[in-house]
Amino acid sequence: MKFSFSEEQEEFRSFLRRFLEEKSPTTEVRRLMATDAGWEKEQWRKVNTELGLTAIAIPEEYGGQGFGLSEQCIVLEEMGRSLLCAPYFSSAVLTANAILYGASEEYKKKYLPEIASGDLTASLAFTEETGAWDISSMSMCAKKTENTYRLTGVKSFVLDGHMSDLIIVLAKVNDNSGSQRLALFSVDSTATGLTKNLLNSTDQTRKLAKLMFTDVEATCISSEDDVTEAMQTTFLKSCIGLSNEMVGGAERLREDTLEYVKMRMQFGRSIASFQVTKHKATDMLADVELAKSAAYYAAAAFDDGESDIAATASIAKASASEAYMQTAINAVQMHGGIGFTWDNDTHLWFKRAKSSEVFLGTADFHRELMMQSWDQ
Amino acid sequence: MSMNEEQVRNEVREWLKENWSPNLDLVEWRLKLADSGWGMANWPAEWYGRDLPVSLVPAIEEEFNKIGALTIPKSGIRMLAAATILNHGSDMHKEKFLKRIITGEDVWCQLFSEPGSGSDLAGATTKAVMVGNKWVVNGQKVWTTSAHKAHWGLLLARTDMDDTKHRGLSYFIIDMNQPGVETQPLMQMNGHASFNQVFLTDAEVLPDFQVGELGDGWQVATTTLMHERRAADSLRSWGQASKGDGPIYDQERVETETTMQPYKWYPQRAGRVDLIMDRAKETGAIKDPAIRQEIAKLMTLHKSAEWTARRARAAQEQGKPQGPEGSLGKLAASNVARAAAKVHTLISGADAMLTGEDSPMDGTIAEILVSFPASSIAGGTDEIQKNIISERVLNMPKETRFDADKPFKDIPRNTVS
Repeated sequence: MKFSFSEEQEEFRSFLRRFLEEKSPTTEVRRLMATDAGWEKEQWRKVNTELGLTAIAIPEEYGGQGFGLSEQCIVLEEMGRSLLCAPYFSSAVLTANAILYGASEEYKKKYLPEIASGDLTASLAFTEETGAWDISSMSMCAKKTENTYRLTGVKSFVLDGHMSDLIIVLAKVNDNSGSQRLALFSVDSTATGLTKNLLNSTDQTRKLAKLMFTDVEATCISSEDDVTEAMQTTFLKSCIGLSNEMVGGAERLREDTLEYVKMRMQFGRSIASFQVTKHKATDMLADVELAKSAAYYAAAAFDDGESDIAATASIAKASASEAYMQTAINAVQMHGGIGFTWDNDTHLWFKRAKSSEVFLGTADFHRELMMQSWDQ
Repeated sequence: MSMNEEQVRNEVREWLKENWSPNLDLVEWRLKLADSGWGMANWPAEWYGRDLPVSLVPAIEEEFNKIGALTIPKSGIRMLAAATILNHGSDMHKEKFLKRIITGEDVWCQLFSEPGSGSDLAGATTKAVMVGNKWVVNGQKVWTTSAHKAHWGLLLARTDMDDTKHRGLSYFIIDMNQPGVETQPLMQMNGHASFNQVFLTDAEVLPDFQVGELGDGWQVATTTLMHERRAADSLRSWGQASKGDGPIYDQERVETETTMQPYKWYPQRAGRVDLIMDRAKETGAIKDPAIRQEIAKLMTLHKSAEWTARRARAAQEQGKPQGPEGSLGKLAASNVARAAAKVHTLISGADAMLTGEDSPMDGTIAEILVSFPASSIAGGTDEIQKNIISERVLNMPKETRFDADKPFKDIPRNTVS
């Protein structure tokens, strides 16, 4: 259903919300974001084992629960709401999908069950130093040796790339005919010649790494000669997932801000009684609800196999990028001075809004993608 | 009494088989509908209905549609009048008015808004004073659709200046064909005149044409307004006349055309998002990167507003309590209309300065550019919508009132009006 959730889905959501409120209060978020790793193995294992979150959208034949993107998006929305610090988006969204759509049966069987169980963390290295999200703009080229491939070059903005056990790399391969194609490679995180640098990211809850490859041994895991289409599916599915994560955060910010203005008294009256505050709160509601509609619709449209899914995914991402950031700006403004302090939690979501606005492409990038898919 | 859908369908099919004929005159046919109760089956049996639950009405209409039988046009001011009369009217009102509402012989108009009270409808200052044995009415009404053709008007007037604002109002049915009622078309900024101004100068109302008790006018008006909101929701579907050959269909087509005439520009008011892509391709504007961004912004807004409306409808259909998404439709529509007008301007370039036959699409684009502001005003301004949403959905404090507990005459009014 594109326009409503089933009773089971609603129950799952409210259970998850309570669970994450308990496991990921902002005190915990602040503790973990201050670490280099960004998350903690034991803490994450406890959360994940109880709920099987990494398994949810992986097909049953690869050790997952076989649910759709819609169900995974409920998880993501609640994680976005609670700012849970975990290697979830990197492993269970970006990398799991790249393997699911782009890897051969052998590697699906090898990696997906371990990702599903949470035993293996993985990062997808596709963006490079230009920061372009367009997969055709990759320049890294794999060199074929007798039995394996060797990678040289730089991948950047790699989510959790400094910590993951496994790195899946997207790189070009030169054909015998001289033309280039895109292929997926697996690289062990401890491989010789691989240097991993944690980047200083403004949003401390989303750790990004720069990976430098110098003649690193890599295994080609692609199922087909060219993984362009598989990567496109991975990309748009990840955009839909991120959009849902974002609307979860936006809604939490909106609710917290509303609660704050209702409590705050100035000039002998609640600041929520000022019409300018009421109208702004209504604008925030409209921004967030419309972005939620787009994010929910996109997830269900993907599960239903709708044809216009590329444009729909971009609508969801563009809508979430604008709505989350605008909500965050309004949230700081409506909190006033306290909202600009480090002690107040508003900035945690403000920064998540900023990193999410840019990650996987800004609103204008996605607007251009929409136009390309409509104007062919 | 309770009847299931299948029984009702059988019964209506039987009745239609006996009675429907495309060779009937429209009024003649509707008289049959009134007498049998099949025209307004959810109305009381003693007043041209069959006491059936409103949930069965779609099934009945479906049976009519299957064989091309005409139904009652269930919208327009006359239906608001009927709902109000059924709820609050006397038996005399029901006897005198309901049948001719069903046949469509009487045209009605609504005399609520005034130049001095728009959003604040209860601030009406048109006065009704009892002189001898008649009410004598003086004042000015505005935004009155169909007033120039109306036989009857639903009038909200002040009968007590000393009572509080809401308690000082009473509700009347006024005969529009009398010397004290003068109607003038009100031309809008888009050149259309969909509405009228009505000047009431010593216009007369007989005492038994009062609806509800003296001082209950606001309460009665609330019923009318509630039905107006529902009618607005169904406006799109009733604009279509039935397809069919025969004099009765021709008569209905003329009726629909006349009723819809004032609303001809309404699609333009909403911004005509449907034209955007074709216009952008035709003009070549689609190659302009800045315009591409604006088009995509508009489409994002338009689609997410549409999906939000669908979410609201899905919740309603499943009998779930209305979530916040259900209250945002009108605001979102204003934003879409505004954005669409902007994008149409970018696409049309210099042509956006022209109107009529000199302008793109024979004036349609020009009409969008001067009609969209109505979206954020008509039926409740954006600002009033935001007050309502913040108070009812977000539970924020209500606006401070300065007009609640004092005599109406002591409430400040427009210094120049």
